Amino acid sequence: MQFWLTQTLNSLALGGLLLLLSSGFALIFGLMRIANLTHGALFMIGAYVAASVARAGWGFAMAVVLAGLATAAIGGLFERLVLRRLAGNAQAQVLATLGLSFIAADLCLVLWGGDPIPVSPPAFLSGPASLFGFSFPSYRLAVIAVALVAAVVLYLLLERTRLGARIRAGVDDMPMARAVGIRASALFTSVFCLGAMLAGLGGAFGGPMLSAYPGLDADMLPLALIVVILGGVGSLMGTFIASFIIGFVYTFGTALVPDLAYVILFLPMILVLAFRPTGLLGGARA
Amino acid sequence: MKATIPGLLLLAALALLPAVSGEYYVNLGSQMLIAVIFASSLNLLVGYAGLTSLGHAAYLGLSAYIAAWLALRLGLGHAMAAPLTLLATTAIGGIFGWIALRASGLSFLMLTLALSQVVWGLAYRWTSVTNGDNGLSGLTRPAPFGIDMENSNAYYWFVLSITAVVLVVVGRLVNSPFGASLRGTRDQARRMSSLGYNVWAIRWCAFVGASFVGAVAGLLYVYFHKYVHPSVLSVTASAEVLLSVIAGGAGTLAGPAVGAVLVVLLKNYASGYVERWNMLLGAVFVFIVLVMPHGIVPGARSLLARLKEKRA
Amino acid sequence: MTAALEIKGLRKSFGGIAVTQDVSLTMQPGERRLVIGPNGAGKTTLFGLISGEIRPDAGSIRIFGEDVTKLPVRARARCGLARTYQIITLFPKDTLAHNVVLGLLALLPLRLDARTDLSRHAALHDRAVQLLDGVGLAGKALHRVCDVSYGEQRRVELALGLAQQPRLLLLDEPLAGLSQDERVVVQRLIAQVPRETAILMIEHDMDVALEFAEQITVLHYGQVIVEGDRRTVVDHPRTREIYLGH
Repeated sequence: MQFWLTQTLNSLALGGLLLLLSSGFALIFGLMRIANLTHGALFMIGAYVAASVARAGWGFAMAVVLAGLATAAIGGLFERLVLRRLAGNAQAQVLATLGLSFIAADLCLVLWGGDPIPVSPPAFLSGPASLFGFSFPSYRLAVIAVALVAAVVLYLLLERTRLGARIRAGVDDMPMARAVGIRASALFTSVFCLGAMLAGLGGAFGGPMLSAYPGLDADMLPLALIVVILGGVGSLMGTFIASFIIGFVYTFGTALVPDLAYVILFLPMILVLAFRPTGLLGGARA
Repeated sequence: MKATIPGLLLLAALALLPAVSGEYYVNLGSQMLIAVIFASSLNLLVGYAGLTSLGHAAYLGLSAYIAAWLALRLGLGHAMAAPLTLLATTAIGGIFGWIALRASGLSFLMLTLALSQVVWGLAYRWTSVTNGDNGLSGLTRPAPFGIDMENSNAYYWFVLSITAVVLVVVGRLVNSPFGASLRGTRDQARRMSSLGYNVWAIRWCAFVGASFVGAVAGLLYVYFHKYVHPSVLSVTASAEVLLSVIAGGAGTLAGPAVGAVLVVLLKNYASGYVERWNMLLGAVFVFIVLVMPHGIVPGARSLLARLKEKRA
Repeated sequence: MTAALEIKGLRKSFGGIAVTQDVSLTMQPGERRLVIGPNGAGKTTLFGLISGEIRPDAGSIRIFGEDVTKLPVRARARCGLARTYQIITLFPKDTLAHNVVLGLLALLPLRLDARTDLSRHAALHDRAVQLLDGVGLAGKALHRVCDVSYGEQRRVELALGLAQQPRLLLLDEPLAGLSQDERVVVQRLIAQVPRETAILMIEHDMDVALEFAEQITVLHYGQVIVEGDRRTVVDHPRTREIYLGH
């Protein structure tokens, strides 16, 4: 019983991280039609920055904040300096984001070396918590809570704020949004920063669970892509649901059939896409 | 073909490489040529069919692994193993193509990535077959007509002749009626349908063709290295070949060749001088994309055209 | 005589909106029919239904007796159907000749050839130039589509539509965006289309349209309101009520 509960908790926690990672990707793709292949690297940068800040003794909270700010800044700069010039040329954008991901991955190797950096959770969360007679690592519970809070905040942002309204308008119909006066360039930069920040936060929170290690970007990027495609482009609810589905599939898959973990992971997505190309909940053109 | 004379001259020049340089450069030459074949195969999809794939490493990798397995585990000779490998890999390409072409755009990209990740995962975990992280080694090179390919020069000429054949075949395909219809589906798929073309079937054929040529590259790869490791199937490998095609100029014949040579050069030289050559590779591509968004070959062409105009 | 086009009870809704409601229409071979109606009447949707790009919710479509209702878009070209688009959808970076060649190639076994050089097939190229000559553009055969004027592109659309010698041609606003002079040219070209080809045309320019039409179908909110020859439709009170004029 403990096994199943532990794995369930792990699944939910991983789902939470994936939610942070993928919602950023979905926002960027939904609004700007850019498949940001640097997203995995941004997650990894978040993890590394948080690890360093925490090790320097500045506390976990500070680590998370700085990780988010760092990735937001990197995202914003990249969007303004590079991606903006390539509007309309999808292949060039793919090249640019891939190129940046290569640069980022190697830069992390230079700055942090080749060994994985374990990250300790904040002291008050490092012990087990007790629920209904079973014990769980309290950090994982916290990650789930954080992800849910983030989902709610994101939802409120999109549905209740003017920025959100502009984003939704842009996702629905960019030419029309421009026509009614929404400033696309400022919006694009904001959204790219937001998306990058979410990825960085995901990495920061993921540190205590996954560690910061070279290759984290290549491990996370396919997962983000699966979640977004599975959930359907343009649907935040879809991303939410798919994050947890993949969290479960991956966790139980690795626990029960480690040799076939990758098959287990990708097979449902292949099946869904093969028979429902718009994803589980998506309506928008991918 | 308009390019015949310069093409033959280039071929002759390349054939002389072993006469003017040592084994290191000859081997580098072989690697470049293999990369050229591989990039050209992906270009059929990316440049001519307009389908961006992030999983093309699957075909090089599958071909390499199948060839290795047939030789090492079943003890088949090259004469049997090579055609079987090409057949098997192309067949898998046909199945993968069928799956991937259920979608388009980002979903297509994602499906190609997913399919190649499944193969990568199998290569890593199915250790009884693939030997996992240790890779498969102990392979030999073929000896067609009794020529010993273990010799670097002989292998280089072998690869060079195959590269020439591949480029001629691909060149012909691209300029043929089928090639024209392929480019048509890239530019105006809707119109092509209403004219009566079977757009899906045309794309699927391109996919199968791309996997076949990719398989050829895989065979040459595994014969060259006499070793295969799961990293050959990684996302990074697919990303590198995609980068070569786009940076060189998708949709041109010379573009992927230029891009492939660039990547191999960077890998071999930069790693000698710069500790982190991946970063250099990434930087070079971002730079190319800013300066010549359509790739080096189209960029160079328009530069030349502008210079001619200025003189006129 | 088999009707060129026979539509019965065609219905299509998008979401909750009925865009095509119980539309029936019959065209004889060689007939020139005009479809008119205010914006949003469902004219382009009707074309989409006939060409197969849109699937109907109910009803049937027969082209020269063959039931095409379930056939995919590409199969309908073989029944003798061709269409042009309101928004020009040519191959911009290719020459005018190449555009027309693509149209010619579509129904030939040659399209499967992956070995020979397309430019060696002189007959195909000559035929393309001939078709371009038919629309007065033979001189620009080797120019790229993106380098010729809008009016010339419209004429290429027409040439492409005629390339396969269709028995039924759908013209979707062939005069849209053209200057007065260009209109006259294209109008004349349409009038010169061989009699074997039945033409179904959507057009807003009433003078031009009325001159062309032998039969007219008036659509409004997806329904056929009036149908008949020029006199009948023009004199009909409902037509005047809904839509007459520019």
